[in-house]
Amino acid sequence: MKVRKALTGNEAMAEAMRQINPDVIAAYPITPQTEIVQLFSNFVADGKVDTEFVTVESEHSAMSATIGASAAGSRAMTATSSQGMAYMWEVLYIAASMRLPIVMPLVNRALSGPINIHCDHSDAYGARDSGWIQLWAENAQEAYDNLIQAVRIAEHSEVTLPVMVNMDGFIISHGLEIMEAEDDDTIRNFIGVRKPVYHLLNEKEPITMGPLDLQDFYFEHKKQQADAMARSADVIREISKEWKDLTGRSYDMLEEYRMEDAEIAIVALGSTCGTAKVAIDQLREQGVKAGLVKIRVFRPFPKEEIAKALAHTKAVAVMDRAESFADFGGPLFRDVRASLYECDSRPKTISYIYGLGGRDVTLDTITQVYADLQRLVKGEQVPMLNHLGVRD
Amino acid sequence: MADILEIRWHGRGGQGAKTAALLMGESAADAGRYVQAFPEYGPERMGAPVTAYNRISTEPIRLHCSVENPKYVVVLDPTFLGTVDFTHGVKDGGAILINTPESPEEWRKKLNLGDKNIKIYTVDASKISREETGGNFPNTPMLGALIAVSSVLDIDKAIESFNKDLTRKFRNKPDMVGKNLKAIRRSFEEVQS
Repeated sequence: MKVRKALTGNEAMAEAMRQINPDVIAAYPITPQTEIVQLFSNFVADGKVDTEFVTVESEHSAMSATIGASAAGSRAMTATSSQGMAYMWEVLYIAASMRLPIVMPLVNRALSGPINIHCDHSDAYGARDSGWIQLWAENAQEAYDNLIQAVRIAEHSEVTLPVMVNMDGFIISHGLEIMEAEDDDTIRNFIGVRKPVYHLLNEKEPITMGPLDLQDFYFEHKKQQADAMARSADVIREISKEWKDLTGRSYDMLEEYRMEDAEIAIVALGSTCGTAKVAIDQLREQGVKAGLVKIRVFRPFPKEEIAKALAHTKAVAVMDRAESFADFGGPLFRDVRASLYECDSRPKTISYIYGLGGRDVTLDTITQVYADLQRLVKGEQVPMLNHLGVRD
Repeated sequence: MADILEIRWHGRGGQGAKTAALLMGESAADAGRYVQAFPEYGPERMGAPVTAYNRISTEPIRLHCSVENPKYVVVLDPTFLGTVDFTHGVKDGGAILINTPESPEEWRKKLNLGDKNIKIYTVDASKISREETGGNFPNTPMLGALIAVSSVLDIDKAIESFNKDLTRKFRNKPDMVGKNLKAIRRSFEEVQS
C-alpha cells in the first residue's frame, strides 16, 4: 500500500534506508547530509531497524568500515556530501575494485574552496571515474525510488558494483515535497536478502580480498570492472521495469520530456530539470519546440539513448553544475557531444556551466538558455562555452 | 498549469521561520494539496536573518528555485525594517503580514507602499505567544494570521494538522501543544487589516 507523505529529501532518503534496514551503516555527519544519518540513528535508538550503526571519526573511516562490513557479506551503507566524499577518495576506488555492492546517498554540495555548503555537482563529478554507478534524482520521490532500486542494482550478480545515489543539497535535501512511499513489506520483498557469492566470513571457502595485484592480473581485473559497468545498464533497465510494475513510477537510463518533436533541447542532471520542465511548458504555449533530456544514470553513460533522443534536434545546450577546468565545458557536455559524434546529422551542441555553489537557477535563467538555442538555430553566433548568469 | 500560491517568511534564526514554513506545508499537504516548504540557508546563527518559502498548489510542483514573487510575505520580526526589504517582489494584489502591536496604516507608511496594490495586515503575535505559551515564539501564531488572510486552508482542519505535527515536535513538552494551538486560533481572530 502506498502512503502519500510530505517529506524533505533527507527524510525521504532516511525513510528508504529504514525500509532497506541494512546490516551495517558507518557514517560521519556533514552538511547537508547530516539529517539522513541523524534520522537513521533515531531509527536505531528506537529499535525500528536491526542495523549495526558504527560511529566513526571521519569519512575515510566511514567508507573503510562500510567496505569491511560489505566484504564480510553484509548489506552495508553510508551517506555523505562534498568534502566528506573528497575525504573518502582513495577508498571509493577500493570499494569499486573489490566489487562491493555498497549503496551511498550523496547529497550534492560544492567542493571547497572557496568554502561553500550549497548545491553543485563537483563532488559527484570528482568521483566520476572511481567505478561507482551514479544515479541522479530530480526530487525527493526520485531520490527515494533510486535508493531502493540501487540496492538491487548493486547486488545483482551481473554487476556487484557500488552505487552512488545523488540528490541536490538543500534544494531537495532540505525542501519539503509531496511524495509516495511504499509500505515496508513491499520494499523488503523487492530488495530481498543479499546473497554474496564470496565473502570473508565463509569459513568453508576462505578467500583473500584486496591483495596486491601487479603486472600479471591488475589489467584483467580492471577489464572485469569495466565489463560489469557495461553490463549494469541492462540490469538498471530491468530493475527499473520491475519497480514500475510494482509502484507505477517509471524510470529508465534517462527521461525525455517533450522531446518527440523538439527542435531545441537542454540536457541536465538533478533538481534543475523540474524548473526546466515548467519553462518548456511555457515555451511550448508560445510555439517554441523545446524539450529536455534528464540524465538519471550518469555512470554507466547512456550514450545510445542520448544519441537517439537528440539526433533529430537542431541545437542542444548541455548544463553542468560544476566547473571542471578543462576549458572545454563540463563532463556531461563532453560526454553528450561525444555520444552524438556517430550520428549522421548532429545538432549544434553548446555548454553551460551553471548554478555553482547554490546559485539560484530560476525560470528566467532556463528561458535564457532556450533563447540562446533559438538564436543558434537561426544561424546567429552563440559561444560554445558559457557560464550561465555569471557576473563579469 | 494550476496556479501556485507562493509565500515568503522572514524571521531571525531561532524564531522558527523554517518551522512555520514546514508546518504550513504539512497542513496544506494534509488538505490534499501539493506543497513545497524550504528555507534559504546561509551559515546563519541565532539572531541572523532567515528566509523560508512555501509553494502550495492543486497540482504537482516541479519548480526548484526560490520564490521571486510571493503573494504573501509573513514577517516574524519587524525590527528588520531597513535591513531586509519585506516588500521585495511581492505580487500585485498580494499582502504583507507583520508581527507588531502597531496598525496596518503605520506600517503602510513605514514600508513606503504609497498606492501600491499590496495590503498590510498586523497582529501582535509576540504578545499572543507570551500570553498563551509564556515565551516569545511568534511563528505559530503567524500561521493563524496567514490562514485568516489567505483563506488557503480551513482553520479547523489546519488546527488538527498542527495538533498532530506539534505533538510530534513537543514530544517532551506536551503542554506546549495546546498553548500553541490556542495562540494560532487567537491570531487567526485578532489579525487586523
